[in-house]
Amino acid sequence: MKKKNFLLLTLLLALSVVLAACNFGGEEEDKSASKEKDGEGSKEINLVIASEPPSLHPGLATDSTSGVILQNVFEGLTTRKDGEIQNAAAEDVKISDDQLTYTFTLRDSKWSNGDAVTASDFEYAWKWALNPANASEYASILYPIKGAQAYNLGEGSEEDLGIKVVDEKTLEVTLENPTPYFLELTAFKTYFPIHKATAEANDTWYAEAGETYVTNGPFKLTDWQHGGSVTLEKSENYWDAKNVALNKVNISMVESETTTVTMFDAGEIDFLGAPFGTVALDAIDRYNEEGILNIEPYSAIYWYKFNTTGEFTSNVNIRKALTLAVDRQGLIENITKGEQTPALGMVPNAVEGFEDATGYFEDNDIEGAKAALEAGMKELGISDPSEIEIGISINTSEAHSAIAQHIQESWVKNLGINVTIDNSEWQVFLDKLTALDFDTARMGWIADYNDAYSFLEQFDSAENGNNDTGWENAEYASLLQQSAKETDPAKRIELLKQAEKIAMTEFPVAPIYYYTNLSVKKDYVENMAPDQLGNVYLKYVDIKK
Amino acid sequence: MTQQHQQFDKISPDKFKIVGVRTDESEKLADKSVSFWKEVMLRFSQNKLAIVGIIILIIVVLMAIFVPVFSPYSYREQLGIYNAPPSAAHWFGTDDLGRDIFVRVWQGARISLFIGITAAIIDLIIGVLWGSISGLAGGRVDNIMMRIADILSAVPYLLVVIILLVVLKPGLIPMIIALSITGWVNMARIVRGQVLSIKSQEFVLAARTLGANTWHLIIRHLVPNALGAILVTMTLTIPSAIFTESFLSYLGLGVPQPTASWGTMASEGNKALTSAPWRLFFPALFISLTIFAFNAVGDGLRDALDPKLRK
Amino acid sequence: MLKYIFKRLVYILIALYIIVTATFFLIQLAPGSPFASERDFPPQIEAQLNAKYGLDNPWYVQYKDYLIDTVTFDFGESMKYKGRSTNDIIAESFPISLTLGIEAMLISVGLGILLGVIAALYHNRFPDYLSSTIAVLGISVPSFILAGLMQYFLAFKLDLFPVSGWKGFSYSILPATAIAITHAGFIAKLTRSSMLEQSSSDYVKMARAKGLGKWTTVFKHTLRNALLPVVTYLGPLTAGVVTGSFIIEQIFAIPGLGKHFVTSITNRDYTVIMGTTVFYSIILLFAVLIVDILYSVIDPRIKLKGAKK
Repeated sequence: MKKKNFLLLTLLLALSVVLAACNFGGEEEDKSASKEKDGEGSKEINLVIASEPPSLHPGLATDSTSGVILQNVFEGLTTRKDGEIQNAAAEDVKISDDQLTYTFTLRDSKWSNGDAVTASDFEYAWKWALNPANASEYASILYPIKGAQAYNLGEGSEEDLGIKVVDEKTLEVTLENPTPYFLELTAFKTYFPIHKATAEANDTWYAEAGETYVTNGPFKLTDWQHGGSVTLEKSENYWDAKNVALNKVNISMVESETTTVTMFDAGEIDFLGAPFGTVALDAIDRYNEEGILNIEPYSAIYWYKFNTTGEFTSNVNIRKALTLAVDRQGLIENITKGEQTPALGMVPNAVEGFEDATGYFEDNDIEGAKAALEAGMKELGISDPSEIEIGISINTSEAHSAIAQHIQESWVKNLGINVTIDNSEWQVFLDKLTALDFDTARMGWIADYNDAYSFLEQFDSAENGNNDTGWENAEYASLLQQSAKETDPAKRIELLKQAEKIAMTEFPVAPIYYYTNLSVKKDYVENMAPDQLGNVYLKYVDIKK
Repeated sequence: MTQQHQQFDKISPDKFKIVGVRTDESEKLADKSVSFWKEVMLRFSQNKLAIVGIIILIIVVLMAIFVPVFSPYSYREQLGIYNAPPSAAHWFGTDDLGRDIFVRVWQGARISLFIGITAAIIDLIIGVLWGSISGLAGGRVDNIMMRIADILSAVPYLLVVIILLVVLKPGLIPMIIALSITGWVNMARIVRGQVLSIKSQEFVLAARTLGANTWHLIIRHLVPNALGAILVTMTLTIPSAIFTESFLSYLGLGVPQPTASWGTMASEGNKALTSAPWRLFFPALFISLTIFAFNAVGDGLRDALDPKLRK
Repeated sequence: MLKYIFKRLVYILIALYIIVTATFFLIQLAPGSPFASERDFPPQIEAQLNAKYGLDNPWYVQYKDYLIDTVTFDFGESMKYKGRSTNDIIAESFPISLTLGIEAMLISVGLGILLGVIAALYHNRFPDYLSSTIAVLGISVPSFILAGLMQYFLAFKLDLFPVSGWKGFSYSILPATAIAITHAGFIAKLTRSSMLEQSSSDYVKMARAKGLGKWTTVFKHTLRNALLPVVTYLGPLTAGVVTGSFIIEQIFAIPGLGKHFVTSITNRDYTVIMGTTVFYSIILLFAVLIVDILYSVIDPRIKLKGAKK
């Protein structure tokens, strides 16, 4: 009798396995079928992204994983090719002499469901993002548009927005200030159009692939297995479809960097590198030796922010000493390994107008650092450097931790101060940053648009939500304001450089390095490399097997 | 089983008389009691595997104490030789920051051994007490005590740790607290299961009839008979504490960097599996070796202490 | 028996209530917010977001809402994955974790009991040493290292299995094994130890004296009684394994439920935290109940109502 019970249990288990096995049925056939197609030389590419995209709504997306999918299924008025801005959904752009009015003429293009892309689709998308009720976290990128900030913050009205649909094919945009990078912005995801009729009919049109997910870009979203994979297929309704080589893009979601490297080595994916996964630190040397590592400049900076209200870090000379006593070259050669550039200023060389910037101080200047430390100690009334305690705050990650330990060792060894590392989980880390509960904290800044203003703007006041240092300087702020009104590009860059110089004498941040984008690809993949903003447009990619 | 009860019910109670508790005789052994530990020692020392285990443990402890003191390098010193394979100068190679892995392994041993053993002892004490009281009392007490254990293992642990971090500064003590919050639950469940099975056996009934109190029952009868399961559970506690430590370090609860522990070294080394395998191999080797030694000693102890194997 | 089960169900409800309450207050206390991001956005927008998800209500209103959510099993929209409901997230990912989990359980129970029985039968002889060593290795090499090694050598170097993904049975073998090994090692040790205890019992000696073979005795008598501690361990283990493993899902890129237990917390995705916690709690509480019922099936001497005085 008891044995029967046992048998029954085993049977039950076996049965449930058989039943459960249905979960992975079906798709295996798919795979072999696609392999056959590969043999015929079909234009199909396999990629990875690090996680499930949190939102594929252009107005709601905030992260780069969502961004990379959106960029390939939607298209803004402009787009980027080889780092240059080009017209995309717009055929022609007219800019008024005061640089405050942009008139976009739309080309004849279609949504994936066959409808024409109209100026009202853009109007709808932009107003949707700005509508405070929709709580779009990235709405501030639309603030250069006249009245946008006021409307978004609930102080203005929709009627006062500088967005005007002249006719089906003409969109007139009025700006708050001359914004020389405005055409960069119109290539950004928050500026993408949304198919008005679908979105109005269905609140959650963006949550699944299928009929409701209507797009105007080179690809359409045909399948979305949440947490597993995303499949894009060429959109035959796209205006430039004849220049799109790829037929199908299979994107798996793989979080582990080690796994993505193995997948690339095993040939399961054809390209690896941000934004499609990351080349893991431990694989960089090997790919470099194999000669397949591709390194591209990236408009992004890794820096250590100082809490300028901290016990020791409130002193300029202490901040200077800490900034100088970092061996950036050594860090890059031995730890980050990606041929990054030592950052001796705040604006990367990948930014227009800053290509030849050489920086404001010397890398690993131990003598200078010691002198600054002496001066700082005198000001603080400290006699022995060991009385100084500096905490490095990082959010936990192997790379941040290695960099922090390298810097810690340099500060301890060269300056004789006490340095501790405080690592915390991301959310807690952000909390500490906002509350200025740190001495120095690691942070990265990646430009949304390739302009120096993107890097400098956050320090215009201590109130700025991205400042996180408590530092402000009236002259710095006024230089930034002047630059916003300046219509002459050369003068504008000069003003921005002057502002950067002020910051680099007061050191609210210690710049560490300017990022590079690392990637590897199989030989048969062509025209695939990230641009300065880290975007990869699959439209230009081709497979030649 | 119910039949038996009915039979007992038929017997009139006035056939019995209360003679009071005879503590002196309740546990009287026919054998001399001094010979018990002697016998245990003797049987333990005959177990070769257990002796090997003891030797390994002694070596590991000695190395953990002395290597960091006498090594020419310190655990945090960055020597400028990055990811170097094992060599005469660096027996276990160097890591990504150019630190000597040999000294880091032994420095890490201090932390991991401390955490593993402390967590195991705390789990043992709470788990055994909780489990045996719950199993012995039965009924409502059992139900409430075990539901408390269930609740502790169902509430999101990660959240608890995050809150703990808000309240406490990172370090060894909060680490031990975090490990102990839920660590004992498994032990309690297993001990309770054993107690349920043992307490209905004749010898427990006999001890009860002779007037043994609860404490006496737990310590003299239940624990020795559940010892096998308890020791096995303990051997799982130690490695799981070592690896949970690396996870807690990830959240910022552990010992601050650049201090090493076996768990963090292994989980970081795991990413360098193809480029610098020695970074994974050595910490993992010593974790396995130590766990093996604990197991061998545990098995030896179990065999030596097993009341049923005793002659 | 029915009365006992009914009583237990009442306790399960109470436990569930305490779990929901505790989780709610832990969420309230935890630093961070579901909308925190590297890029700051204006406080007005944050206020809008809070209003949208009811986070601007006083705590007792939020608490009431959560209780209602739990009772109706509708946890609302995820705060991180826009437009996705918590129920959908669980419904999509749980079957995958369940499949993998059952496979892992079969491997660990099968392998564990086999190793344990062999070790106990050949106590202190070579097969014992061998299987004990395998078990100890299983316990001391954690799943993430094992998973990494198997992925590199078996999947990549030898090309026996796919590296990652979830597209068929062959994709599940490595992750299931990686999950199973630690548990198998532990089950083996438990089985060995309680088999040894049983083998000196009178009834086993009796059975052997009757002339029953070694293995027949094991399967007819010893094993059933020796399984008690194993069953105790299996209950909560099953609950944990079928709801997915974060690390294994991460390494093998499996779209299971396990990762949501961790990412929902690191994202402070309150609705998903609550949904997954309630879901796991129910499975765990019932698993523990089943274990208790199994006790009396395996060992009739155990009375569920507790000790009679």
